[in-house]
Amino acid sequence: METEPTVNDELQKEGTLNAALATLHRDMLKFARLQLRDDATAEDAVQEALAAALSNQKSFGNRAQLKTWVFGILKNKIVDIIRERIRSPSASHSVEEISEQAYDDLFNENGFWQDDARPSSWGDPETSFSSQQFWQVFEICLTRLPETTARVFMMREMLGFETDEICKELAISSTNCWVVLHRARMGLRLCLSERWFKSESRDVEL
Amino acid sequence: MLNCKQAAALMSQGMDKELGMRQKMSLQMHLMMCSGCRNFRAQMEFLRQGCQKFSRKESK
Repeated sequence: METEPTVNDELQKEGTLNAALATLHRDMLKFARLQLRDDATAEDAVQEALAAALSNQKSFGNRAQLKTWVFGILKNKIVDIIRERIRSPSASHSVEEISEQAYDDLFNENGFWQDDARPSSWGDPETSFSSQQFWQVFEICLTRLPETTARVFMMREMLGFETDEICKELAISSTNCWVVLHRARMGLRLCLSERWFKSESRDVEL
Repeated sequence: MLNCKQAAALMSQGMDKELGMRQKMSLQMHLMMCSGCRNFRAQMEFLRQGCQKFSRKESK
């Protein structure tokens, strides 16, 4: 015997959908904030991405998972916003957030690794990819980089910008741009090494 | 001869642009002798992989 869906069933379905949408919204916002470092702009980007997704439902089809598809739209929005910033005259960005001497301690006076700073093997680091805790540490380490440094690094490594475009946005020379990227990598490497690969406690607290 | 500080800088630069022939050769020479820098290079590649996974992971 077929039963009509009860009001209760409907409510439950609606609750599940709402929860899924809330999670999606939260994840999108987190991602956009990390890239844009500006809450209002991040919220705008997410709203626009969701609106674009709703008005382009046809192009969704069944080709991708919903979240992957919506995140693709969001990434494009973020890239648009950053390109817009490139065109508009912006305040000068500090490229000296991490000083030239910041990592000098790692090397001796001849420029060779100090014994206690020489990079040791991380073993089989790819196994960490399946650990949720690892990704928490990864995000903490990204967040701990100074603002412009982190943004430059993520434009390069997550949004797929070429170095030239990044230099243009920040109105800095390509040498400076590359210096920022290098210091970001040094910082991220040290942070992951200390907080994850060498850490006994694998501390995820900030 | 490159020291480790210069080698690390070159390896990072190599992530963003093609290095010149001379740079590549002196880097290779250094890497042959320096396990610390070989580990550093592997870690740079791991960072790149991690970032790509991170931005995809957010999309799952």
